[in-house]
Amino acid sequence: MRLFLMLSLLCATAAQAATAPPPTHDFTLDNGLRVLVREDHRAPVVTVMLWYKVGSIDEPAGRTGLSHMLEHMMFKNTRHLTPGDYSALVSRFGGQTNAFTSYEYTGYYQQYDASRLPLALELEAERLANLEIDAEEFSREVQVVLEERRQRTDDNPSALAWERFAAILRPGTGYAHPVIGWQRDIEQYTPQQAMAWYQEWYSPANAVLVIAGDVTLEQARAQTERFFAALPADPVPDRPTPRQAPAAGERRLSLSLPVQVPSLYMGWNVPSLATADNAADYYALMMLAGVLDGGYSARIESNLVRGRQLATGAGAQYGGLAREDGVFIMTASPAPGVSLAALEAALEQELDTLRTTPPSAEELKRVRAQMLSSSVFEQDSVFGQAMELGYLTIIGQDWRLADQLDQRLADVTPQQVSDAAKRFLTRDRRAVAEVRPLNQEGTQP
Amino acid sequence: MSLNKILRLVIIAAVAAGLVWLIISRPEQLAPSAAVAPFPQSLPEVEEAPLGRRQLDIQSWTTAAGSRVLFVQTEQIPMLYARLVFNAGSARDGDHAGLAMLTNAMLDQGADGLDVAALARGFEDLGARLGNSSHRDMALLTLATLSAPEFRDPALALLTRILARPDFPAGELARMKTQQLQALQRQKQVPGPQLSDAYNRALFGDHPYGIPSNGTEQSLPGIEPAQLAVFYRQYYTAGNAVIALVGDLSKTDAKRIAEQLSSALPTGERAPELPPAAALTEARQQHIEFPSTQTHILLGNQMIDRHHPDYPALYVGNKILGGGDFSAILMDEVRQKRGLVYGIYSSISPMAAAGPFTVSLQTANANAHDALVLTRQLIADFVANGPSEEQLKLAQDDLVGSYALSTASNSDIVAQLGVIGFYDLPLSYMDDFQQALQQVTAEQVRGAFRRHLHPDTLLTVSIGPHDPNQAAAEDSAP
Repeated sequence: MRLFLMLSLLCATAAQAATAPPPTHDFTLDNGLRVLVREDHRAPVVTVMLWYKVGSIDEPAGRTGLSHMLEHMMFKNTRHLTPGDYSALVSRFGGQTNAFTSYEYTGYYQQYDASRLPLALELEAERLANLEIDAEEFSREVQVVLEERRQRTDDNPSALAWERFAAILRPGTGYAHPVIGWQRDIEQYTPQQAMAWYQEWYSPANAVLVIAGDVTLEQARAQTERFFAALPADPVPDRPTPRQAPAAGERRLSLSLPVQVPSLYMGWNVPSLATADNAADYYALMMLAGVLDGGYSARIESNLVRGRQLATGAGAQYGGLAREDGVFIMTASPAPGVSLAALEAALEQELDTLRTTPPSAEELKRVRAQMLSSSVFEQDSVFGQAMELGYLTIIGQDWRLADQLDQRLADVTPQQVSDAAKRFLTRDRRAVAEVRPLNQEGTQP
Repeated sequence: MSLNKILRLVIIAAVAAGLVWLIISRPEQLAPSAAVAPFPQSLPEVEEAPLGRRQLDIQSWTTAAGSRVLFVQTEQIPMLYARLVFNAGSARDGDHAGLAMLTNAMLDQGADGLDVAALARGFEDLGARLGNSSHRDMALLTLATLSAPEFRDPALALLTRILARPDFPAGELARMKTQQLQALQRQKQVPGPQLSDAYNRALFGDHPYGIPSNGTEQSLPGIEPAQLAVFYRQYYTAGNAVIALVGDLSKTDAKRIAEQLSSALPTGERAPELPPAAALTEARQQHIEFPSTQTHILLGNQMIDRHHPDYPALYVGNKILGGGDFSAILMDEVRQKRGLVYGIYSSISPMAAAGPFTVSLQTANANAHDALVLTRQLIADFVANGPSEEQLKLAQDDLVGSYALSTASNSDIVAQLGVIGFYDLPLSYMDDFQQALQQVTAEQVRGAFRRHLHPDTLLTVSIGPHDPNQAAAEDSAP
């Protein structure tokens, strides 16, 4: 009873905090640039992010990783900047800058003392409109990207295993190739390809600008207009509307790699918020992942890592925010002496339990409590707030999504969680990769 | 809206006028400044703009049981961080590498008769998170909770039980050791962790900082619950603890909470000081053979300890040479100008009894020799010549301009408070250090580097298929 009271209170308080974020403004320039402004006046700092709706899923065969390659070139030559100028300017004004490329977007950020906002915007506008690609700089940067690939993937057998698993997880989609690209493609990039990619996708109407921190709407609007309003409104290429894909059929992969410890990857093709027939499916899958792996008291950790001690580590997560379909993923490392087959059976057994017996109301409350308090904790970081706004918007979702979180999670019934496991975590939606050390049982000749 | 439209039209008109102007004008008739709009236009205004300043009111006191407390009230987000920092890192492991790490990790695995599941449910029902970690100097516990008393107080009550009566149950310890041994196995798959272990062993030798914090395959199996209990009673004491509180909390509540946490701990004094770590006095090279496509290299030497008066000059110098961003010398020369690496960085790690300087890089095997020779040359040049006035100015502008970013979030603030408390720094330390950085001269940077870093006594440790110290005659480019 006392616990129940506390949970109701938690949900009330956390929801209040979570659904009352600092003021956020949303406007669009005539050339199509969408601008989001999050006011957070705690500290005199500002984060500026420019997100482009182009990522590795947009790349054709033979050009994999081109979005990421272009991201590197955005720190080199522009009409007014030679290599090194951009970094030196950001440094001189105490800024931090970097960029990120993923399946669905390419993003650039600068963080500064709030008084530097005009500079940050002017630099982003320059890169949006005036990139130049020097052939010699380009070929040097290809070498850097190859080093990056060696470092992140080629010399890390777990990353290699993941790359190969990802290749069967969403067959026939742009999610099946690595964001950084295949080595043979990276080696053959030309400056012309990068320039064409830039001209095709880097336009105001294909971008979202996020300004977060100690800034008012008036300041943000005036400075945005000043540097971006005059940029031409280039057309954005058409994209197919995402639709839920049919089940691909079960896929299995057996890998022998120079790993020291075996591991198991399982993934299911499930709808995302964008492709779900009903948004309730998305929230039910979120809850399902939380019941399995929402902390130390959740089922995987309680039953498999601690209870039966079949795994030294295991987890489940739902990637339900995407431009196309989502994925539900479980990964695990067996405890010494436990076979991958036994581990897979144990994970499937946990799912079976959920398919036949709905979780308890207490479990769902605990998951909800954690999700709501997390959304309060996440407001601590201005950068994190900017990431959330930019990410949701660039994948086509409403940045106010968190406002609904409390009610949406409260609406999920135990039966819906069970149904989600039954409907979506089926064999014909599943991909499995078993990863074994070289020279162990299962090694291929 | 209409105002913005007008503004935009004015800008468009200005740009259009500028274009026409350029086309119809003969360049030689123009003063350069009139011909090309200066870029960036915003430069004068951001140069003149006063920097913002977040006034942090750090309050500090000592609890009845002897814990140092640092507190900052921040009201905007309904959350609280409570961090406890103990002088209980792996430097206190003695002959049992991994003991400090296991003690720290086992605190929430059973306490006061509650088993691990009950403790986990207790925090998670409240939406609270308890985090722990252990390093060479410090061991930390951090509770993040909503600040409303209905959640805060029961979460703190659970934390108090953990601090007061950890049970160190044997079954959970056995499981945790298995997990840790497997983590060590996993580290052998990749070059990085093996390299840093070897580097620390070579750099610190028998000094307590040479102990591998995560334990070893030899040391972990022998560690028993009773040893954890002894370690806890010796080092997780009120006198050896710093309590940092940041969040939506009154001072009265902060005082009460600090007393509650502090009085839960065993009584005891601060851990004794560690002996200073000595620098290596001759160049040493060590190579580990590993079938990777890149060769990873660490080079450096022991420089100073945390409190050395040359620290500000070395800090500024390190930033210019290889700290952080793309304009640093190493990044510019090795990556930007030659494409040899994805990343190359230098760092100074200011610890209680040491402050090693370390350069790290990773490069394709065929380039490893050239990259190493170049890196050594860049270090030697920097020690010999120091920074130019221009490099110094850029670094100092960067440091003063980025100061506001260092206390932007509650999590940044609690980290700063932990460091100030742990290393006994004055409450004005962040401001003092900023000022010291601004006053450093190029001559002082040069002098400090010459005193503390000798290019002919560098330790080089590498991992990859071939020793990069040897010219790669047999290596054909891929």
